[in-house]
Amino acid sequence: MQVDLRILRYDPERDAAPHWETYAVEAGPMDRVLNLLHTVKNTMDGTLTFRRSCAHGICGSDAMLINGRNRLACKIRVEQLGRRISIAPIGGMPVVKDLVVDMEGFFAKYRTVMPFLVNDAPVPERERRQSVADRERFDDTTRCILCAACTTSCPSFWARPTYLGPAAIVQAHRFIFDSRDTAAEDRLEILADDDGVWRCRTTFNCVTACPREINVTGAILEVTRAIVARHS
Amino acid sequence: MRIDTDAVVVGAGGAALWAALELAREGVATAVLTKLYPTRSHTGAAQGGVCAALGNLEEDHWEWHMFDTVKGGDYLTDQDAAEVLSQEAIERVIELEHMGLPFNRTPEGKIDQRRFGGHTRNFGEGPVKRACYAADRTGHMILQTLYQQCIKAGVTFYDEYHVVDVVFEGGDASEGGRVAGVVAYRIADGEIHTFRAKAVLMATGGYGRAWRITSNAYTLAGDGMSLVYRRGVPLEDMEFYQFHPTGIYGIGILLSEAARGEGGTLLNNDGERFMERYAPRLMELAPRDMVSRAIYLEIRDGRGIGGKDYVYLDVRHLGRKVIEEKLPDITDFARIYLGVEPLKEPVPIQPTAHYAMGGIPTDLATRVIRDPSNTVIPGLFAAGEVACVSVHGANRLGTNSLVDLLVFGRRAGIAMAEYARGAAMPDLPPDADEAVRAEIEALRARRDGERPEVIRAELNLLMDANVGVFRDETLLSGAVTKIAALRDRYASVAVQDRGTTFNTDLLEARELGYVLDCAEATAASALARKESRGAHSREDYPERDDANWLAHTLAYRREGEQPELRYKPVTITRFEPKPRTY
Repeated sequence: MQVDLRILRYDPERDAAPHWETYAVEAGPMDRVLNLLHTVKNTMDGTLTFRRSCAHGICGSDAMLINGRNRLACKIRVEQLGRRISIAPIGGMPVVKDLVVDMEGFFAKYRTVMPFLVNDAPVPERERRQSVADRERFDDTTRCILCAACTTSCPSFWARPTYLGPAAIVQAHRFIFDSRDTAAEDRLEILADDDGVWRCRTTFNCVTACPREINVTGAILEVTRAIVARHS
Repeated sequence: MRIDTDAVVVGAGGAALWAALELAREGVATAVLTKLYPTRSHTGAAQGGVCAALGNLEEDHWEWHMFDTVKGGDYLTDQDAAEVLSQEAIERVIELEHMGLPFNRTPEGKIDQRRFGGHTRNFGEGPVKRACYAADRTGHMILQTLYQQCIKAGVTFYDEYHVVDVVFEGGDASEGGRVAGVVAYRIADGEIHTFRAKAVLMATGGYGRAWRITSNAYTLAGDGMSLVYRRGVPLEDMEFYQFHPTGIYGIGILLSEAARGEGGTLLNNDGERFMERYAPRLMELAPRDMVSRAIYLEIRDGRGIGGKDYVYLDVRHLGRKVIEEKLPDITDFARIYLGVEPLKEPVPIQPTAHYAMGGIPTDLATRVIRDPSNTVIPGLFAAGEVACVSVHGANRLGTNSLVDLLVFGRRAGIAMAEYARGAAMPDLPPDADEAVRAEIEALRARRDGERPEVIRAELNLLMDANVGVFRDETLLSGAVTKIAALRDRYASVAVQDRGTTFNTDLLEARELGYVLDCAEATAASALARKESRGAHSREDYPERDDANWLAHTLAYRREGEQPELRYKPVTITRFEPKPRTY
């Protein structure tokens, strides 16, 4: 079938402002949006610019705003979208070119939440023991691929670009609730900030956006409860 | 712009990150350059597990792991390397746990382990639980954990810097030169940056994008192999390329061997578990080369599903709990990419181009060597899939790719630190970037020419058809001729994007040049090797021939001609070559 693919194009070397271009692309129902983008780039316009790598939803390169929702282009099929598909860059980020946004700010925030295990006790000769239940406690947030679909779908982030955002909080959650980690207090302190968890308005956009089906809002609320418990 | 540093790491997958971590611990000034963001690296796509003889669930020994690695590699494996691999696997997995990797756990809280293809107890008696895992996203967790530790250690990253050349002092690698740095293209704005360094590690991964049906990321174009191949470094054992048995039909996305490790079966059109006829002891857990051949033979004999070119992977009998707790991601892949519900239906699969056993030849310290007598190229290192130590020989066992990058990534960092401490800063000629700058500008400026995509598509079809699971003289000589013709056409490709901002059109055209180099070395090495061993199956030479071919290939690039091939002996320590049955 023929799909009308509308793409928000912007090349800072040529365009004063972003503008929509439409491409008529032949596609099958099981094709993914990434296939369509490749069809355009390879056969119609080589200047079309987007990031992609693994093409099966694990590297996190190709988050885009597709028919009004943040998704990975490699994980969404034409049959789920219909014959009219519109694609824009993920929101609230400086656009570099076409569907490519500047990710530096996103990763800078990620780095501020101490996204690494802290435990200065001498290590045992073998593995540390961890119960199945303790391991399960933070399983959901270990799935995060840092694609930024959650953060860039969040109205609180759009309104306040300094907000750390859902992805950074998810990454903090992964360690706060890991029984082997000893720096939960430090992370809770960081997230108790004006630009931390208080900015979450539980609109659940992040949950809808997450291609890994992480309960992002749930994770933020768990962190919030831990902060509250700490102060009471 | 020019940047001076002691060490440069090219790539940011598992091997690169562990090397960077080791360099940081040693206090060596290091720059990590990646054309992606580190967390996008393809280590993250590894699924099933990482083998180490921890013996957490049943008796196991590193000697068994070593034996399996050697036998799995059809005795082309260098046994001193396999010994290092299987011994140090244990230390590295424990260290990863200490770094925070969230392994699945046993009821006692130890790292859980499961079965994987070709991994056996007591030198081949039967399957053993050796693969440590984090659901079916073990690679994702390894990549995340190592990146986290690099952040903690303050490693300097240059994200989205595409390395386009390796610079030598005193002549190219083949002329006895020593490494002096790399040239990189900053993707954001097209600026060329030259990094002067004493030690350079190539850790850029494989080149699965030479084939159409592949499990590999779009970005895996053999960059690192090609860049040093052009500078006189040979490529080792390129004819040994692994086709993973269970790629999603028509697309090639991987469904982990863990599905079979947990008890999944392979079925033909008659509903028969055909592996009974090919590997009666290990069945579906035979090594990948054997399973992929079995699938092809079933299809050729008309027992593909509905007579087509695929068979079924069946996990229905494992039950919802095992599938959802231990194989959640690959279950999702089947749903998303095939619209198949693995809880209720068998999943259509076909072999998919997956992993390069060959690559840049190195010694046990990851130092790159340039000839059959193992002459070291000063300052140049390689680790991970891009390298050939050779631990995988003619066929890699499942999970050993992750073991390889952990063990040899760490060894690279240590060896580079030692080298950097003892070496003086090389002299970098002021025009070090001139050659590659000219290449890039010529490509950017060319007005009329073929689109790179046309050549890429032809190469992919050619490699699928002629350099696949089964090969023969006709197919391979056809491949050699046609790849040479594609290379000629490549010399005059034209891009449409002539800008400097995030020009992926330009960089993908360069990547096509890399992948053509790798394809050339692969086809030429395969044509010359007149035997069948591991993943290299010649229908015209169906037997392994130890008298003539128990040797590693070294392919040297020759401008305008076919590569020159030399051979290097295999290191055999504990296990004499024997017939390989499972």
